[in-house]
Amino acid sequence: MMERGARPRVAALRAQIAEIEGTERRRKEVLPFGLEMVDAKLPGGGLALGALHEVAGGAQGVTDGAAAALFTAGILARVSGSILWCMTEPDLFAPAIAQAGLDPDRVIYVEARDETAVLACFEEGLRHGGLGGVVAELARLSMTSSRRLQLAAESSGTIGIAIRRWRRLAEASDFGQPTAAATRWRVTAVPSDPLPVPGVGRHRWFVELIRCRAGESADFLVEACDATGRLALPADLADGSAASQAWAERAAS
Amino acid sequence: MVTAANAAARMIGLHTGMAVSQAQALVPDLLILDAEPQSDRDGLERLAVWSLRRYAPIIAVDPPDGLMLDITGAAHVHGGIMGLLKDIVQRLAEVETVGRAVCAPAYGAAHALARYGPEPLRVIDPLDLEEAIADLPLVALRLDQAIVRSLSQLGLETIADLEAMPRASLALRFGSMPGLRLDQAYGRVAEPFEPVAAPQTIEVERRFAEPIGAPETLARYTHKLVDGLCQQLEEAGVGARRLDLRFHRVDNRVEAIRAGLAKPSRDRKQMGRLLCDRIETVDPGFGVEKMVLSAPQVEPLGLRTISHLGETPMPDVAMLVDILGNRVGEERLYRVAARESDIPERSVTRIPPMADPTLLRWPERWPRPARLFKRPEPIDTMALLPDHPPVHFVWRGMRRKVKRADGPERIYGEWHVSDEEWLSVRDYFLVEDETGARYWVFRQGDGMDSATGGQGWFLHGLFA
Repeated sequence: MMERGARPRVAALRAQIAEIEGTERRRKEVLPFGLEMVDAKLPGGGLALGALHEVAGGAQGVTDGAAAALFTAGILARVSGSILWCMTEPDLFAPAIAQAGLDPDRVIYVEARDETAVLACFEEGLRHGGLGGVVAELARLSMTSSRRLQLAAESSGTIGIAIRRWRRLAEASDFGQPTAAATRWRVTAVPSDPLPVPGVGRHRWFVELIRCRAGESADFLVEACDATGRLALPADLADGSAASQAWAERAAS
Repeated sequence: MVTAANAAARMIGLHTGMAVSQAQALVPDLLILDAEPQSDRDGLERLAVWSLRRYAPIIAVDPPDGLMLDITGAAHVHGGIMGLLKDIVQRLAEVETVGRAVCAPAYGAAHALARYGPEPLRVIDPLDLEEAIADLPLVALRLDQAIVRSLSQLGLETIADLEAMPRASLALRFGSMPGLRLDQAYGRVAEPFEPVAAPQTIEVERRFAEPIGAPETLARYTHKLVDGLCQQLEEAGVGARRLDLRFHRVDNRVEAIRAGLAKPSRDRKQMGRLLCDRIETVDPGFGVEKMVLSAPQVEPLGLRTISHLGETPMPDVAMLVDILGNRVGEERLYRVAARESDIPERSVTRIPPMADPTLLRWPERWPRPARLFKRPEPIDTMALLPDHPPVHFVWRGMRRKVKRADGPERIYGEWHVSDEEWLSVRDYFLVEDETGARYWVFRQGDGMDSATGGQGWFLHGLFA
């Protein structure tokens, strides 16, 4: 937003382009992460609702998508309404999703037979409009199908998140292919907060914003989402943040 | 004559078809009840009507002891054909009736295999049909006793024997029946039957002067039938839970679509959409001359509040659940709820997507992995006994050095579930390797006593 104030011309041009694109039919609503550092990099100050986003895991997460799934659950914990979670491989462990703040009663799972069926359910859910958000675990996402999904999300205002996960590490090069998604994220698990005693500290992620429509790419080192689905700055980077204090209290109890 | 004997009677040598006096001679204090063919028949019809609500849109009574179900397009609701057959037999067993269920490409074959086949539950693939019925006795073919007897005098015992005979001489001597029954068993000729109509079912039908066949036309008339049905539902004050759309073809065959609804409804748009989604699965053949739409399962519809405050109502999620359920199968759509168990794989259970909110939650203290393997994968480790985490381990051919670890979290076996778990113990550790990947590993056993488990290490899940 500072950026906009400094360069009014750029902002005016952007508005003009958006008008030509015709995507500004409804007022764009966004979901802020609540972290100034992240929100400042996103147009509108948060993750756009009514848009398609892509999340993939990094390193080993390419195949298991564990961090990507939790990152997604943390985002959806902060929207209201039911969530549709489409997948082919039912290996998601619901207690972990609940620990990321997403109540199990809100999530409806669809176990489709193949990726084509996942895409169909994904689109159906986005078009419906009565859901809080739709998630699909996908390996392939072509330009055409992502555009369909993006249009479906725009028409209903529902947020759509594609968790990209592949069977083999080598297939992850597919993530370089362009899609119509509004943002593209990569979440990699990195060593946890150092503790003065033996043990695993608060889980940390290296979150990369690889692509962002009308924005620049960026990367952040954050603490994994807490029980309300919020990310936090690592304690040693932002001294005395509320989240890290809460963590310290929990560790002490 | 004995017309039926229960399992206990068969054990002591009584069987259907023997004379009553003979049976009485064998067992002096035999309990004999008069046969009631009419009430048997009524019971069978009641069972048919019940099955109509539960299993398939087209069902015919096959007296004295059978039901014929055309399960085309209806099996996915019960988790496939085998699931449907199992469900039938299980539900019959609950009312102390022994049932046998067979699914075959031709009615004649299914009839024969259900009564004379070796297995009580079976699904026959079209390719295996010939082989499956070859060895069945001739009585399985629904032929007259007299014909079967004279055929056996000729040395013909099985269906394959009869199939090998030249048709012309067979027809000359025994009439057309043997040939017809053979063709029906092999599915070479269609067999017309009279489906039962459920009493008081709300249904609407439409006949066509000229047979129709184009999908668009079928869809158009489907919408018209839905309008008619909704009107009837409205008059009755109920909503449909299940819809059957039957297409009567000019060649006397019936194609059907069945759709389920998660909540009772009489929403025209939703119903039309559910049915039209599946119209492409219908083969109209040479044309459809009659369409019948019925609601075999209805429930009272709750009153709806209508808001006049100008707020736009949110679309109902139940509608989406129906659409997806009809597309991927109802059993593939679920919510996950907590169960009271410490064993990770038993702490979750699947419930229907529109079930009431649950109260039980998983404990928040213990971290749980985002991905849990269906089967824990064995790993090679180096660890200090009894209660240290591994120093390093090999998983999927890669050696990982453990940098940090949390644990153990000891989980005891559930003795009330199985005896083998009486003493068993799992010690779970959260370990983190040098790259920052976090794993959930456990040791089977407490590290000291071999009665508690084999002391092997397993990887059970991955943290984010």
